Amino acid sequence: MNNDPQNVASPKTIEQVYRPITRRTFLKGAAASMVGVAGLMAALKPLLELESGSVTLDELLQRHYRELKPEDLQRILASLAARAEQEYGVRPNLRDVKPMAGVEFGYALNLSRCIGCRKCAHACLAENNQSRDDEDDIEMSYIRVLELNQGAINLETSTAYFDPETVPQPDKYYMPVQCQQCRESPCTKVCPVQATWQEADGIVVVDYNWCIGCRYCMAACPYDARRFNYKKPTLKPEQINPNQSYLSNRIRPKGVVEKCTFCLHRTREGKYPACLEVCPTGARVFGNLLDPNSEINYILNHKRVYILKEDVGTQPRFYYFFDK
Amino acid sequence: MRDYLTFLFRVWRLSWQGSVKYYAWMTALTVLVLVGLHAWARQFVDGLEVTGMTNQVSWGAYIANFTFLVGVAAAAVMLVIPAYVYRKEHMHAVVIFGELLAIAVIVMCLLFVMVDLGRPDRFHHMIPPFGVFNFPSSILSWDVIVLNGYLLLNLHIAGYLLYCRYRGRQPTRRFYIPFVFLSIAWAVSIHTVTAFLYVGLAGRSYWHHPLVPARFLASAFVAGPALMILAFQIIHRTTKYFIGAQPITTLRMIMTVAMIINMFLLFSELFTEFYSPTQHAAAAHYLYFGLHGHQGLVPWIWTAMGLDAIGLVLLITPAGRRMLWLNVACVTCFVGIWIEKGMGLIIPGFVPSPLGQIVEYLPTRNETLVCLGIWALGALMFTWMLRVAIPIMNGSLRANPELVTITKST
Repeated sequence: MNNDPQNVASPKTIEQVYRPITRRTFLKGAAASMVGVAGLMAALKPLLELESGSVTLDELLQRHYRELKPEDLQRILASLAARAEQEYGVRPNLRDVKPMAGVEFGYALNLSRCIGCRKCAHACLAENNQSRDDEDDIEMSYIRVLELNQGAINLETSTAYFDPETVPQPDKYYMPVQCQQCRESPCTKVCPVQATWQEADGIVVVDYNWCIGCRYCMAACPYDARRFNYKKPTLKPEQINPNQSYLSNRIRPKGVVEKCTFCLHRTREGKYPACLEVCPTGARVFGNLLDPNSEINYILNHKRVYILKEDVGTQPRFYYFFDK
Repeated sequence: MRDYLTFLFRVWRLSWQGSVKYYAWMTALTVLVLVGLHAWARQFVDGLEVTGMTNQVSWGAYIANFTFLVGVAAAAVMLVIPAYVYRKEHMHAVVIFGELLAIAVIVMCLLFVMVDLGRPDRFHHMIPPFGVFNFPSSILSWDVIVLNGYLLLNLHIAGYLLYCRYRGRQPTRRFYIPFVFLSIAWAVSIHTVTAFLYVGLAGRSYWHHPLVPARFLASAFVAGPALMILAFQIIHRTTKYFIGAQPITTLRMIMTVAMIINMFLLFSELFTEFYSPTQHAAAAHYLYFGLHGHQGLVPWIWTAMGLDAIGLVLLITPAGRRMLWLNVACVTCFVGIWIEKGMGLIIPGFVPSPLGQIVEYLPTRNETLVCLGIWALGALMFTWMLRVAIPIMNGSLRANPELVTITKST
């Protein structure tokens, strides 16, 4: 620091710094503090509307899913189920379903067959307890069905908000897009707290009790496959699917990211994903990539397969194929 | 220890002494901070629904302001380098203000990240041993480290030098010079890492572009010095602290060079995007000309371009040597870069979405109030730090006032 002569002011004496507190200054100070405190209270007033139990000590102290002891996990499942019943009026059968040994899931979708009916997107909602404002609100569905112009696979000119009288429209074809369960998943790489990761069977999951809601994974995803709970999910009791698991379709808290889990609470118990079961044209094929005799491997070995955005290097476990 | 408590007490007393203007300014800022806090409390209760963000545009004004401000904080290095590397005596009179500004701005950056979190109550998940820190894989975890590190470095350097001066001691070089040099490299790192947050995402072609970090630094070294030139004049006029023309001349030179580089990089970017437009140019097209009838950002970016151009012309012509025109250039450059590096960089990263859908974004009233509150808090912190630092710097606040004659002669 310099000692520029122009910058040397006369120092204040001790008396100047310690000006005695008079009755007048004290009262002024007290009045100002009162106004300040009142202002602060007024500013924080919305916090009074917080629902009781929205921030609990148990949840603050909870560890990451992969560090939980089995008994802790059971306790957490019970408390989550109780809270869901209290808040949404339906007691879920909430479990933790582990990956099966020797299984890596893959999904293939036949673009020649898809007619753009969006039944898969609706079935996804019915299965996975996403928030919705009304029956037509499929914004939180994990599947976005794109309508593309014949002649190219050009996403830039596609629309997800098509609404014709009937489908398929001439000159159009349809491409449902959901999480591609990438082998080189950008979303899990960027998460600052490892709240999202690939399971042993290749499914990318989110620990909704660990996610901090920074949404970096959404920025990283090249497939627009992740959804964020901008508000507490709105669900009517009759819309709730009570068959729930911790890492997939349990009702999410506010402020966390969610995504397609290949319906792991179904598929890890030998069933098909909800979107496959509902598909009226049989465009969807699901199975074990490690089983050489599986239908999915037959498709990959015998059909013309297209990988969405292969150039970004994500190596999806989701494939598109054509009949001829 | 007792001396230090006395020091804190004096600082406390000093903070409450000031002119009517000082009180009016601080009261106005406090009101804005409280308004912002109120808006944030509303957001905490209702969720990020009260912002304009969507699944498609999942980052908005908060992250835009954060990105811009990291640059302003990093620009403090443009006072440190001339002062310590080139040993320009005149910069030593002002370098402390750059460091104090960096402290205030980094706190703003951290707040902008905090208000963007969906679950601020789980912030500790990032802090080992309570959490799981995804280091080194996640660039966001790098950013947490470099930002907090930069904050600590500047707190240490500024705090140590000011306290030494208050005690009338000569600072011990080895207690601060190594940190000063570390802070130079660190300043570059905070902005580089922040740029890598975006550049690292292969799925967003608008960001996945090696020029982005270079442009980040160039534009930061315009916006930061611009703010400091304005701040120095205010300090010079409103306090008993003399700041000569020399530091401002040095900063003007830095700003001019940085602005020329910034505009050159911008030109290179525009050429690449538009000479052979690929599908990847859709975001740039949306930003500059609109896409499929959606033009939300077009007026903004052209305002920014206009402000940048005015600033550049004023800086490179003799007009910039006149104080008035230099001030105009500082304001236009600061605002221009705030737009192009905030909204102009973040939003087109999401529009069109990776699946080609166009969902436009506009900040809501609540979101804007939160932003305003954080800006007001930054101004409040910086004013307060100056209120305390300047009497220490010019010698009117001393541990032992009676010894001042001795200090002066040494």
